[in-house]
Amino acid sequence: MAGGIVEKPASGEVIHPKVHYLNASKGLKSWLVTLDHKRIAIMYLVAVSVALLLGGFWAVLLRTELLGPRDMILSNDWYNRAFTLHGAVMVFLFIIPGIPASLGNFILPMQLGAKDLALPRVNLMSWYLYVIGLVFFLAVLFLGGLDTGWTLYPPYSSGRDIQWNLILSYSAVFILGFSSILTGLNFIATMHKLRPKGMSMYHMPLFLWALYATSLIQVLATPVVGLTLGLSLVEHMFKIGIFLPQYGGDPVMYQHFFWFYSHPAVYIMVLPAMGVQSEVIATFSRKHVFGYKAIGWSSIAIAAIGFIVWGHHMFVSGQSPTAGIIFSLLTFFVAIPSAIKVFNWVATLYKGSIDFKSPMIYALSFIYLFGIGGLTGLFLASIATNVHLHDTYFIIAHFHMVMVGSVLTAFLGGVHYWWPKMTGRMYNETLGRIAAVMVFIGFNVTFMPQFVAGTRGMPRRYANYLDEFTIFHQISTIGAYILGAAVVLQAGYLIHSLFKGKKAPPNPWGAASLEWQSTSPPDFHNFTEKPIVMGAYDFENWELVSEDAGYRLKREVVETGKSLSKVH
Amino acid sequence: MHFDTLHQQYSTGKLAMWLFLGQELLFFCGLFTAYAVYRGNHQEMFHYAHYFLDWKLGGLNTVVLLTSSLTAAWSVRCAQLEQRKGLLITLALTFLCAGAFMVVKYFEYSHKLHIGAVWGSNFGVATADLPPALLEKYPNMTGEQLQSMGMGTFFAIYFCMTGLHGIHVLVGMGLYAWLFVRALRGSFNRRYYGAVDNVALYWHIVDMIWIFLFPLLYLIG
Repeated sequence: MAGGIVEKPASGEVIHPKVHYLNASKGLKSWLVTLDHKRIAIMYLVAVSVALLLGGFWAVLLRTELLGPRDMILSNDWYNRAFTLHGAVMVFLFIIPGIPASLGNFILPMQLGAKDLALPRVNLMSWYLYVIGLVFFLAVLFLGGLDTGWTLYPPYSSGRDIQWNLILSYSAVFILGFSSILTGLNFIATMHKLRPKGMSMYHMPLFLWALYATSLIQVLATPVVGLTLGLSLVEHMFKIGIFLPQYGGDPVMYQHFFWFYSHPAVYIMVLPAMGVQSEVIATFSRKHVFGYKAIGWSSIAIAAIGFIVWGHHMFVSGQSPTAGIIFSLLTFFVAIPSAIKVFNWVATLYKGSIDFKSPMIYALSFIYLFGIGGLTGLFLASIATNVHLHDTYFIIAHFHMVMVGSVLTAFLGGVHYWWPKMTGRMYNETLGRIAAVMVFIGFNVTFMPQFVAGTRGMPRRYANYLDEFTIFHQISTIGAYILGAAVVLQAGYLIHSLFKGKKAPPNPWGAASLEWQSTSPPDFHNFTEKPIVMGAYDFENWELVSEDAGYRLKREVVETGKSLSKVH
Repeated sequence: MHFDTLHQQYSTGKLAMWLFLGQELLFFCGLFTAYAVYRGNHQEMFHYAHYFLDWKLGGLNTVVLLTSSLTAAWSVRCAQLEQRKGLLITLALTFLCAGAFMVVKYFEYSHKLHIGAVWGSNFGVATADLPPALLEKYPNMTGEQLQSMGMGTFFAIYFCMTGLHGIHVLVGMGLYAWLFVRALRGSFNRRYYGAVDNVALYWHIVDMIWIFLFPLLYLIG
């Protein structure tokens, strides 16, 4: 038997491994000093989920405040802290590390048939750096919060008297940046050096192409924000006058530096999500992904173009009109590779045998929400409409559609998709589908009214508003509650499945990338035998045994060790 | 062990190091950009500022660092050829050169702090303390004039750039001390010398950044 598949081909009976990475060693210490990428990924998953709940808590709080046009439950100061911490926690602690550090960490080496990432110690170190950042942000919470907005623009931030919460916030983002850089360079090194024989770059699953593009941005853009916030920290403490106008500095330069990272960071968030998307759509359409090279290279194109569009955040910040026009034009270019991806996913669906499992529902919501988020981005890329819509709820709705509507959706879809592999348990499919539909409805109810309110002039970051906006805010808040309820439901059935869930077969979905040739959950060394290297979308190599036993490799594939596919 | 061969391990470490150096360049990039912007906007300030910096001390440090790069490269060669004594000597020399660089830096910094040639609105040099060469060329120049010109911004940039570089030198000294201890224990041989190689790469980039800092700060008269 090849590929480490623990099953009896004749009867289709699945043998679940008694010893696997989760119980290979025991005790808290065996987790805290582990070098196993799978355990580090699980620790990341727990940590980013904590961050998600924390950020979500602030979101629910500030949406509740906005139920009425006057003060509801928060003072104005606490409203400012609520949106700042919501933004900072969600961006720096959840969306940026979310998919790559948790799902990517687990799946990347397995999709290469490798035993681990190239640099296991660096991997563990990046987790500890992340946790330090998380603890710092929690400390900020108890030191009176932060009300600068997540962008920390000077002079309102660093220009104040020295405050612990600012010092900790700057340090936290700096440290989180290095956590991110270390993950990125580890991923690139792994994909170059640990690919198995017979797997060229063009045989890699598209999730890995997406992670590759992400890692490039992480390595090349993150140091700039690290330096920027490092300088802000020094400036805050010693008043040196690089960004602070009162000491001779230039606050617009801060914005340039900040967005030089933070715009590419948007692609750090969305590219891994797009990678998950390519895997899930192909698997549940049971069809080779359409336009493999186009999807792969569009990831790289997005990463490359993403570096030269940062100025579109600053159309009203006082940059030159020429720069504005150039940045506007360049911004439109990003739409091209993004659209290429969407068209190819839709083409993959065409004539596919579509299976509406929970991850697939998330994937389809992604296409819808990303479509709206992306197309409204074009309104904002053109200068004239941007100036009109600047700092209104239209912007809020736009970037939440992209960052949350797509990224959170893909994160949840990815967690469901790989849950059987990571935990060895099946979650409740019915509840999974209900939660997925709730997420979709919740998003639309939350953010569609915000587009309307924004075009009618509702500015962002205000605790109170004119009476005419009340209806939009109330609908939006109801949407946020639906979303919150969906997350609670998910947490419930996912945790329940850990204890009571059905045991998962090695390949419940019939997916073809290499990680599914391992047992569920995988062995400590990932594979007990070297997996058979095949194209990531060669679904014809797998046949369905039964609903419970999932899919198994066809006999001729196991005997010859070769893929049946003629696509590659 | 998740590598199949020692060579795979070596080449992976090296690739990761190059990626790390890539991010180092981008890390410094921001400061070089800030330098370019402020120099473009305040040419005269940078002109007056260069009188405060002693090109002889800067030049001395350049020579010291270039020497250390030579010994760093030499140490890789020694490790590859298993020349134990040579390896220990070159590692120690690299460490000492880095230390010498920091000593010179210490004297430069303490002089500036002493006369008040520092960052932001803290800048305040008495006219009597102005560099003699500056007063010779511009006899009517006063400390207040320089202050109102925004000289503090130059020194903000100066201290940030050289300070960040100095931190990298200190890290390099730590790494060379670590290599020296490992070399004493005989950890390196002709098939395993990746650490020496990678630290030398790091050291070269620290050196290279100084090669840019020296003319941009000291030689802009």
